[in-house]
Amino acid sequence: MSQKVLLTSKEINIILHRLACQLLENHLDFSNTALIGIQPRGVYLAERLTKILREDYKVKNIELGFLDITFYRDDFGRGDKTLKANTTKIDFLVEDKNVVFIDDVLYTGRSIRAALTAIQSFGRPSDIELLTLIDRRFSRHLPIQPNYRGRQVDAINEEKVKVMWKENDGEDVVYLVNK
Amino acid sequence: MGELSVDHLLGIKYLNKKDIELIFETADHFKEVINRSIRKVPTLRDITIANIFFENSTRTKLSFELAEKRLSADVVNFSASQSSVKKGETLIDTVNNILSMKVDMVVMRHPNPGAGIFLSKHVDASIINAGDGAHEHPTQALLDSYSIREKLGDVGGKNVVIVGDILHSRVALSNIFALKLQGANVKVCGPKTLIPKHIEALGVQVETNLRRALEWCDVANMLRVQNERMDISYFPSTREYTQQFGVNKALLNSLDKQIVIMHPGPINRGVEITSDVADSNQSIILEQVENGVAIRMAVIYLLAAKK
Repeated sequence: MSQKVLLTSKEINIILHRLACQLLENHLDFSNTALIGIQPRGVYLAERLTKILREDYKVKNIELGFLDITFYRDDFGRGDKTLKANTTKIDFLVEDKNVVFIDDVLYTGRSIRAALTAIQSFGRPSDIELLTLIDRRFSRHLPIQPNYRGRQVDAINEEKVKVMWKENDGEDVVYLVNK
Repeated sequence: MGELSVDHLLGIKYLNKKDIELIFETADHFKEVINRSIRKVPTLRDITIANIFFENSTRTKLSFELAEKRLSADVVNFSASQSSVKKGETLIDTVNNILSMKVDMVVMRHPNPGAGIFLSKHVDASIINAGDGAHEHPTQALLDSYSIREKLGDVGGKNVVIVGDILHSRVALSNIFALKLQGANVKVCGPKTLIPKHIEALGVQVETNLRRALEWCDVANMLRVQNERMDISYFPSTREYTQQFGVNKALLNSLDKQIVIMHPGPINRGVEITSDVADSNQSIILEQVENGVAIRMAVIYLLAAKK
């Protein structure tokens, strides 16, 4: 197994600020916007972006929620492992809101497909956008594309993109791992 | 990633502590789901479940059916009173006929102890025991422990007394297994005639004085007197039973602490428990019913994932 660094901590920081600015450009004061981190790994990115928007760009009242998609996946009983659920925490209605899904890696698109179904349990959003830190193009199974992307990566199926966060893994870094 | 150690839920006896923890963690998520404005998830949309009830039931059957529907499973219901069982069909034949219609899971209640275990050896589907005679009623025990955990934070170390007809109660046996597995202290309390001999072998203590039992416990689980299973008289009269083993408000108020009152239902109001106790804020009877759906969703989900 070999791994190479795709993004360093410094690069991640620059990208996060750019993504925050792009969100700002489209959502201005976030008064009708809800940021939804996709469990489990999208939550760190969503929290980080929210922090930057609050502290560096003085946006008040950002609605942030976490969505677990375990019960909405399309591979139940097809994998070899039981899928363990994570907490869903959405304390607001998404009815008529502009929802932004936030996930660390966009790969086949199936998680986002599940998230699109899952979010319907919380109302009918006015629109839904997608933000991902890493976009693995050429590996999509479904017609799903991000509206905001950190870095586009060409990786083959045998490779894995690993996103590490300081708060959970000790450092901010993105690896390309060759299995 | 968690997985149950068993392929069927036949009784608490066959589970380990980790299984119970996994079921509870999963139920936490489902409890959140059933409290949303849209209370349904599409997880089991290609799973078909047969509810086979050879014995009457209202809340267990409803609870299972709701749990299955909240998970988007297809549900077929079967009750023995309206079926070919009356014409002399055997249990295996009945179930195999149902399975031929491509059913993945069977939820069964049966008057004979061990019916679920027997079935699990002969048919190719996951079996959930929804009560087999006076043997086990595992989902009830799971939801009881889950409700204690929700109310008191933990089951381990708590003092729980099960009061009433222990002899005929599958709820009592499953509860004893579940509570002991999680490290609770368990006493049983009731007329001597309704307490099985050698029950101490399960690690529980016997107490025949209700007041002493209540003074000791954190939680009292009040069971119904199962008149339908009694072939002889086990106590002189219902009135005498109520005087000695019925819980009323005055008795609870005379204790120096506030204990949690549970009941698996159906309640015989005025017999084992008075209305003012059943409807008081000490009682978590309705929480038990709500948790029942979440627990059954968790069990069905985890067993379906093993297929």
